Amino acid sequence: MNVEKQMVILSQNASKRPSKNNWEENMLNRLNRTLFAAVIAGGLAGPALAEDSAEPIVIPTHNWSSQVVMAYVIGGIFNSIGDKVEYVPADTQAVYEAIRNGDVTISHEVWQSTFGASFYNAMQKGGVIDAGTHAATTLEELGVPRYVIEKNLCPGLPNWEALKECAAVFATADSDGKGRILEGPQSWHGDLMPDRIKALGLDDKYVVKFAGSGDAIWAELASAKKEGRGIITFNWTPNFTDADGFDFIQFPAYKDGCRKADGGDGSCGSPVGWLKKAANYKFPKTHPKAYTVFTKVSFTTEQIGQMAALVDIDKMSHQDAAKKWLADNEAVWKPWTN
Amino acid sequence: MRARLIHSTGFQLVTLGSIFLALYFTIPAQEGNYLWRLPHLIAGWPEWINKSVDFLLFEWLPIDIYDPEIDDYEKSPLLKEATRAFSTGILFCIEIVRELLLGGVKTIVAFTGWQYASEHPELAWPALPWTIVAAGTAWLGYALKGPWLATFGGLSVVYIAVFGQWEPAMQTLSLVLVAAPISLILGLLLGISAFKHRALEAALGPLLNIAQTMPHFSYLVPVMVLFGVGDHAGAIATIIFATPPMVRLTILGLKNVPLEIVEAAMMNGCTKRQLMYKVMIPAAKRDILIGVNQMIMQCLALAVIASFIGAKGLGDNLRLALNGLRIGQALELGICIVLIAVVLDRLSLAWANQKTDYFADQNFWVRSRFSLIFAAIFIGGMLLIPVGKLLFSDGVNYFYLIPPSAGITTESFWQSGVDWMVSNWYQGLQGFNRGLIVNVLVPMKAMFLGMPVIATFVLTMGIGFMVGGWRSMLTVGLFLLFIALTDWWDRALITAYMATFAVIVSVTIGFIVGVISAGSDRASRIVLLICDTFQTFPSFIYLIPVIMLFGVTDTSVLIAVIIYATIPATRYTVEGLRAVPSSLKDLGLMSGANWLQRFVNIELPLALPHIMLGINQTVIFALFMVIIGAMIGTDDLGQYILKALSDKNGIGNGLMLGLCVAFMGLAVDHVIQTWARKQRASLGLA
Repeated sequence: MNVEKQMVILSQNASKRPSKNNWEENMLNRLNRTLFAAVIAGGLAGPALAEDSAEPIVIPTHNWSSQVVMAYVIGGIFNSIGDKVEYVPADTQAVYEAIRNGDVTISHEVWQSTFGASFYNAMQKGGVIDAGTHAATTLEELGVPRYVIEKNLCPGLPNWEALKECAAVFATADSDGKGRILEGPQSWHGDLMPDRIKALGLDDKYVVKFAGSGDAIWAELASAKKEGRGIITFNWTPNFTDADGFDFIQFPAYKDGCRKADGGDGSCGSPVGWLKKAANYKFPKTHPKAYTVFTKVSFTTEQIGQMAALVDIDKMSHQDAAKKWLADNEAVWKPWTN
Repeated sequence: MRARLIHSTGFQLVTLGSIFLALYFTIPAQEGNYLWRLPHLIAGWPEWINKSVDFLLFEWLPIDIYDPEIDDYEKSPLLKEATRAFSTGILFCIEIVRELLLGGVKTIVAFTGWQYASEHPELAWPALPWTIVAAGTAWLGYALKGPWLATFGGLSVVYIAVFGQWEPAMQTLSLVLVAAPISLILGLLLGISAFKHRALEAALGPLLNIAQTMPHFSYLVPVMVLFGVGDHAGAIATIIFATPPMVRLTILGLKNVPLEIVEAAMMNGCTKRQLMYKVMIPAAKRDILIGVNQMIMQCLALAVIASFIGAKGLGDNLRLALNGLRIGQALELGICIVLIAVVLDRLSLAWANQKTDYFADQNFWVRSRFSLIFAAIFIGGMLLIPVGKLLFSDGVNYFYLIPPSAGITTESFWQSGVDWMVSNWYQGLQGFNRGLIVNVLVPMKAMFLGMPVIATFVLTMGIGFMVGGWRSMLTVGLFLLFIALTDWWDRALITAYMATFAVIVSVTIGFIVGVISAGSDRASRIVLLICDTFQTFPSFIYLIPVIMLFGVTDTSVLIAVIIYATIPATRYTVEGLRAVPSSLKDLGLMSGANWLQRFVNIELPLALPHIMLGINQTVIFALFMVIIGAMIGTDDLGQYILKALSDKNGIGNGLMLGLCVAFMGLAVDHVIQTWARKQRASLGLA
């Protein structure tokens, strides 16, 4: 597949993006720009693909295991086609600004609802391109650890209507007798959850508490599990908590325009989301081969779970886990490199 | 006379208090009432800052840059190219040190380019075996100080290697070995120039104040945008954080050099240069060395924060471990950070305290003993590599590099400790937690938030006036005015509530512990050592167990803050009490005063100015930690600073929020410093 075709596919991906305010217009600009870039790249590369640059491809590592293992897995795949890679620790939100400026080359886990905003902000400013989507679908939603359902702490769960009757099960020291819902940091999705709780009429029985970081959520989950006490928290899948069993609450199904930001009242659950890959706009030109491979890379939920489990359950180091995964799954990734 | 003075202070306080309360209860809480909340006049500043930075960095003076990778010219703004060139320089230095320790190819690449280097893989530099670093550190410690430092230094390196943390530790070390010397030189040069030029000192003062009170989180985004993510960004943030104490103590040291010494030097015909470098700086050594100590501690204290913007090493691994709730692993990494800090500190101290014997007539062996033994250690370590290859058959050469998977670990021990703690203490602590939240924290927070802005100003400016007259009153007022005009005043009140609560508890604990331990030499030494350790020990580690016990609540945040803020409160109490001249204590003893009388009437008043400076530091530490507490979950300024990391307007918001926190700290700082200065003067100590 030549660069030009790649580019067109890529821009189609981009223009399929959900519409928010004036993004459509920006996407058109982006389309023009990418097409233009493709023409240049095509002109330079000619019909045959150019060789990849010897400069290392910079892959960011964040602070959760599946992402770090996947960074080393993708790095290993790039190595197998003869490219150099380098890993740099970066903040999950700040990384998009870094990709934009070319300090980081790619990001391989762009979660729709958590990082979508940062991703599109950077895209809007220019310099970040959408490099396709993983097979894995994601869900980012409120839920409870499985034992809450098994022990029937709140009969009727995971249906959300059950929450009306058992606020006391989820009460904490600072919730004033109401049930407490632990949400991620406000920077992830603003007032989405408080709005939803209010729209569903649960706000007289529940309060939403914003945790400051993922770590805080995991610490609360671990502590609750030891005690076997009830807890409602924001979580996502694929995640390492899948191994222990975590059930998402079934809120009224998501429909377009339901969220407050889109003009609705917010009384619906989260949509099944995408997991995207992002790259710096120069990547297709500097490393055409690696870029082609990168657009083909597509992991499933199960594969991401395997990567996380090697570290979280088997306690391997991230590098070792990636080596093992690559060795065990050649059938999965080898075809991408051809 | 004395009685009247006390009376008048008391009278002032009562008056101030009644005005405050009257305002508190009469001003209605409604939007649009400027006595309740000021209008957000400067709420637009962050956006303005962002636009300016964006313009300067991404639009201003575009120049054509040829990019060989895409074989094309690109327009790139001048400033961006300049900052990136600076980054490349710093990164190059870090890479050199890193590759000397760990091996690699980037130093070579800087000269040959990636293309050439990838065609010639033999150019890659090998790693230095850990045995050489361990023995070298021990020998350096022995040569500079003696057997004790040799043992401590050597064992620390062995600990790092044996626990399998070699690679991250050397990555962190290489960053510090670049950042610390730059901070040292920058600090000395700025300090010397400020000492020579009054104008510079006056200009530097506020900048240093802000740099020391601004939470590090708030300048991460600007550093990242200006210099890009990576080790260089981490190093630059570290330098910003570590240089101010160095500058400050250099100025202080130079000012304290006795005039007699300067005159003696001038009589001996010193040139200006000689006067500064051969006389003044050696004479000011004591203060400058305290600066070096603080600087090194600050460098390592930033190890975790620096990993937010791309620094590799212990801090990054620590964040990963914490995310997996692997507290044992995080603890081992944290200990590595502390060990590196303490070893570097002791070695630099010993090096600075070496005595030069100008008259010694040494033979070749004595003169070159130092380098000869290093050479021997190097050869010995190299010879151990093939021996190790023969000895260990499992593919790991324990004499060369021990990978994390082959290192020993005490993780399961700590993990079960935390598990035990949660299962045994959680229930018991819930009552306390609920009681504290319902009866103390919630009412206190409501009280702070219910304060009309005019009442806050009257109270703080009134205290400023009582302590330092009109000048202090205006200073405090202007600091607060800045915060009140942003749209974050309520957030700032929440920060103030948490910091106030934490400071009260920290000062109480610190004072009691300090008083008890100041009585004995050994106890105070141990307490000071604990203070040193906790100052560099990454506070992130205790966030997790605290959350497990107290949940995502204000209690958790406050406990973490108190652990951290008690350090200066304790340290300064011990130091202050121990600095009281023993002749004065004896005098009290001879006059027949009992312990309590001596303490209340002699030791405490004399030590109080120093203890107050400790309280000052406690406030700053508490503010810093309240901001980090945002990682647990707060709704104060810290949460917004954290948010700024992902914000479109991140630079402006981050900086402005950082200034808000800095100004809160500086207002308190100003009042306490003024009070301590006056108190010292009246005691005849200054």
